[in-house]
Amino acid sequence: MNTTMPSTPVLPAPQGPVSAAVLSALRGNRTAFPTVDRAAPYGKDLQLALYCCYETHYRGFEGVDPAREWDPTLLTVRTELERVFLDALRDDVPTGTDVEDELAELLVEHVDAFGVSHHLRRQGELWQLREYVAHRSLYHLKEADPQTFAIPRLEGPPKAALMTVQHDEYGAGDTERAHSKLYADMMGELSLSQAYGAYLDSAPAEMLAEVNFMSLCGLHRGLRAALIGQFATVELTSSPGSDRLVKAMRRLGCGPAAIRFYAEHVEADAMHEQLVRRKVIAPLLSAEPELAPDVVLGIRASTFLTARFEGRLLHHWNRGESSFHEVAEAGNA
Amino acid sequence: MAEARRRVIITGDGPILVYGPVDVEMPDGTRVRSDRTVTALCVCGRSRRRPFCDTSHRRRARDNSRQERDP
Repeated sequence: MNTTMPSTPVLPAPQGPVSAAVLSALRGNRTAFPTVDRAAPYGKDLQLALYCCYETHYRGFEGVDPAREWDPTLLTVRTELERVFLDALRDDVPTGTDVEDELAELLVEHVDAFGVSHHLRRQGELWQLREYVAHRSLYHLKEADPQTFAIPRLEGPPKAALMTVQHDEYGAGDTERAHSKLYADMMGELSLSQAYGAYLDSAPAEMLAEVNFMSLCGLHRGLRAALIGQFATVELTSSPGSDRLVKAMRRLGCGPAAIRFYAEHVEADAMHEQLVRRKVIAPLLSAEPELAPDVVLGIRASTFLTARFEGRLLHHWNRGESSFHEVAEAGNA
Repeated sequence: MAEARRRVIITGDGPILVYGPVDVEMPDGTRVRSDRTVTALCVCGRSRRRPFCDTSHRRRARDNSRQERDP
């Protein structure tokens, strides 16, 4: 277990030519960039490169000049990476305009659905639960931050309602209740490192892609409606999944600090769902109905990416293997 | 209460939403507090976290013939 808690994470190991070039540029080196089009859109090389570009907008990295956040060379590469990622998503998820229908589908509890939370609740083992929590820390240690980027891009009722949800996410004025803090507490109880970014090297590409999709939509005003779709998907599907994870943790004998995070989400997200549907999406689409296809894109792309992530974990676990990504190329670029 | 009136939203197909912190008295006299900006109170009676909503009111659907079921 890591006992030190650096305020900023260290740069990860490169995973291929694109991420190696981005890491080198982040360190301030003059860098020649390889062709991005050859990189697999959902592969770890491209996703890690994109993740590191985005991280400069959150906490940054140890030894990386904060000015790199607005470095034109890195922004140019980031734009290329985003194009490849978004093109792949648009190819993989069908377009749609019926937001009501999409939301109604998310609200049905499919009795015979099977994902990571079902597996963990029924027969998952503690090491699998720990892997899941380690991977997801890439989002939950900055929980709600990508969606906060959307606030100044909204106005009127959707802005006020999103603020209400975010206020709750950040602990309603009490840092101890902030969801990212509850997540860190859970990690501590599960003997995982609570350090921000500690599991970046070991995370599968599918996890990075989920977080990258949020950052992509959060940082582009033109994709704000897709971000709202992504957020709605999380808030609408979180309560039942969190309830299964509470049961998994009880079955596995986890302590109260571990159980609290998901227990809080059963209750909080039952309320957030209502606000996101009635007070964010409804007034947003009433004022700007042309945003409907983007909301649908956000819902479908995040559902698609979550399914890929869960499929990856179950693929490994069904073989009795770890889902931690092995770092083949350890060391510095 | 002398405070400003609280807004209460009756969703119809889900919980009742109450704006502001609430202090709920249960049938047996116990009190449950919520300090959330908005609290979702169960009205369908199916929640296992009453008085709060846990989304148990949602429609459940079976997609195929598998016989597994959440307890």
